[in-house]
Amino acid sequence: MKALLSVEGLGKKYILRHQKKAQYATLRDTISDKFRRFVSPGRDQGHPGREEFWALKDVSLQVHAGDRIGVIGRNGAGKSTLLKILSRITKPTEGVARIRGRVSSLLEVGTGFHPELTGRENIFLNGSILGMSRSEIRSKFDEIVAFAEIEKFLDTPVKRYSSGMYVRLAFSVAAHLEPDVLIVDEVLAVGDAQFQKKCLGKMEEASRQEGRTVLLVSHNMAAIEALCTSALFLRKGQTQMLGPAPDVIREYMNDMNVAASTEVSQRTDRGGRGMLLLKEIATLDTVGTNAYSVGDPVRLGLLVQNRYPHPVSARFCVTLRNNADVGLIACDSFMMGEVLRLEGSSDTAVTCNILSPPLNYGEYFLNVTIMIDDQVEDWVGSALRITVESGAFHDHIRLGSFPILTRFEWKLTEN
Amino acid sequence: MQRGNDKEVVIRAGGSAADYWRDIWTYRELFAFLAWRDILVRYKQTVLGVLWCVLKPVLTMVVFTVIFGKLARLPSDGVPYPVLVFAALLPWQFFSGALTECSVSLINNANLLTKVYFPRLIIPASSVAATLVDFLISFVIMLGLMLYYGINPGWRLLLLPLFVGLAFFASLGAGLLFAALNVRYRDFRHIVPFVTQFGLFISPVGFSSDVVPQGWRLLYSLNPMVAAIDGFRWSLTGNGMSLYLPGLYLSVAATVFLFALGIWYFRHAESSFADEI
Repeated sequence: MKALLSVEGLGKKYILRHQKKAQYATLRDTISDKFRRFVSPGRDQGHPGREEFWALKDVSLQVHAGDRIGVIGRNGAGKSTLLKILSRITKPTEGVARIRGRVSSLLEVGTGFHPELTGRENIFLNGSILGMSRSEIRSKFDEIVAFAEIEKFLDTPVKRYSSGMYVRLAFSVAAHLEPDVLIVDEVLAVGDAQFQKKCLGKMEEASRQEGRTVLLVSHNMAAIEALCTSALFLRKGQTQMLGPAPDVIREYMNDMNVAASTEVSQRTDRGGRGMLLLKEIATLDTVGTNAYSVGDPVRLGLLVQNRYPHPVSARFCVTLRNNADVGLIACDSFMMGEVLRLEGSSDTAVTCNILSPPLNYGEYFLNVTIMIDDQVEDWVGSALRITVESGAFHDHIRLGSFPILTRFEWKLTEN
Repeated sequence: MQRGNDKEVVIRAGGSAADYWRDIWTYRELFAFLAWRDILVRYKQTVLGVLWCVLKPVLTMVVFTVIFGKLARLPSDGVPYPVLVFAALLPWQFFSGALTECSVSLINNANLLTKVYFPRLIIPASSVAATLVDFLISFVIMLGLMLYYGINPGWRLLLLPLFVGLAFFASLGAGLLFAALNVRYRDFRHIVPFVTQFGLFISPVGFSSDVVPQGWRLLYSLNPMVAAIDGFRWSLTGNGMSLYLPGLYLSVAATVFLFALGIWYFRHAESSFADEI
């Protein structure tokens, strides 16, 4: 059978400009830049402010009708770039992708919704933007409205909708698309769980019965495992593994573990300018095991090398992520209004105290970012893995299965 | 949009132009929807609503009639001055409105640009089309003025669509150019209001282009709006006016050039819109 979607050697290159402020170019910058190059053409070589970056490199993939493929990988692995190329939003730098049949991409819920327009008007607008014809929208209109449960508010501007209604309406339009290939990016992360389930169910049903092909990016391994037949694991823009979903998910989990158990000083998969470097990271109380009990404070010791000859003020951020790479907590010195002064050309020891981590038992991965102002100097993903073991959390007698714990109480309202 | 099941889409660096124009046809409904959205949204939550597109030209007409007609006593070839001014305001306000909307259209729709595919040309084109509605409303006032002053333009009225087309392509050409430039250089946000303000005075809106000295007339016609405005006056105000043909040809040529330049630059810049906006 001929593939519905075939991708060969796809790559996308970005040119990074390291500029401090300008978000977008201004005419003045361009003119003065051109002028400078004109005056002294030789000086521009090896422009320190420009760097090539391959967001995606040499990715190949064959998808047949009815396949449901999950795309997984860490943040910045090229998942979204792949979807953007396949949805024709941006062009590849090299390689070819061929798609037979109708494609709909859902990279965001409610793309093109206009707050001033009513629900009715937005259904038509959004449907059209997602690629439905007017007659198609009209024939499915009642179904969309019923699915979203917003009958009463059809003629109210969506800016007056509650966020729940807004998301329901947006999802509902999307769920009624009937493409041959559906491309979905992490949109399942919003909306209430009940409604999400309804949408997932609808998509799965369509896929099973009509042989629809789905390409789904998600950090939610459970959703990938439930919905997808196979999975693509991207790492630094390249294919790490392609195969049956459970195998690929296992490989992805392993990869996170391997990264976490490699000495930080040996890690080469870092980001940032590299003039400040994380040389070591360790837990201070539980050396060797990195195991804590629920509710225990976590103390981290970091050793940081400053390769600048002068002292700098640095900003430190440690994020705690669960084993699906979902960020749960960020301990950013910026949030506390603190900057740490590091002496020039030397190593400095820094401590991070997480006083009362509200984490349930499980495995957690720490990403470390070191910055000067907004310039990233060093970034290490999964620099450390810690294990939180079951234990006592304040006055809880049970811990449940949700990742975040907090103190609360239930009682009858007193009059 | 259509169920072209056998159609194969090929995605690669570059890409062919023929596919692009075919896609524009495929997405024609989206074009209509976006124009419809712009029209709906423009006067939502305003007290006067559509009355705004009546007030703007009428007030401008009054001011120009007083300044150029009464105070400066400029000639009007026997046409009542308000009619002379209003006939020029029709294409001019269309041009400046379309250019303003068009030049910010891509930035205002950045969320669409980065999240869905369709030929990008649809966005600026639909914003120009939406401005046509304002134009039609103003045109009704023009008909009222002509009735009031008893002006019957006769067969010349039939040629008006040609000049509407001229104004349309001039504004779309300039609009595409500015819209695409705006994505990369936000400077053009500040340049466009300047262009429309400046243009109002260098185009023959408040006065007849006969006021321009004969020797400068041809050079003056390099402004594409000169032909559109003269054409409107010629076809709406009846006898007494003659068209300056060499100027007309030059203006048409300038419009064609501007339109071609706009399309060319837009197509050239388009592939990187999503990465740069």
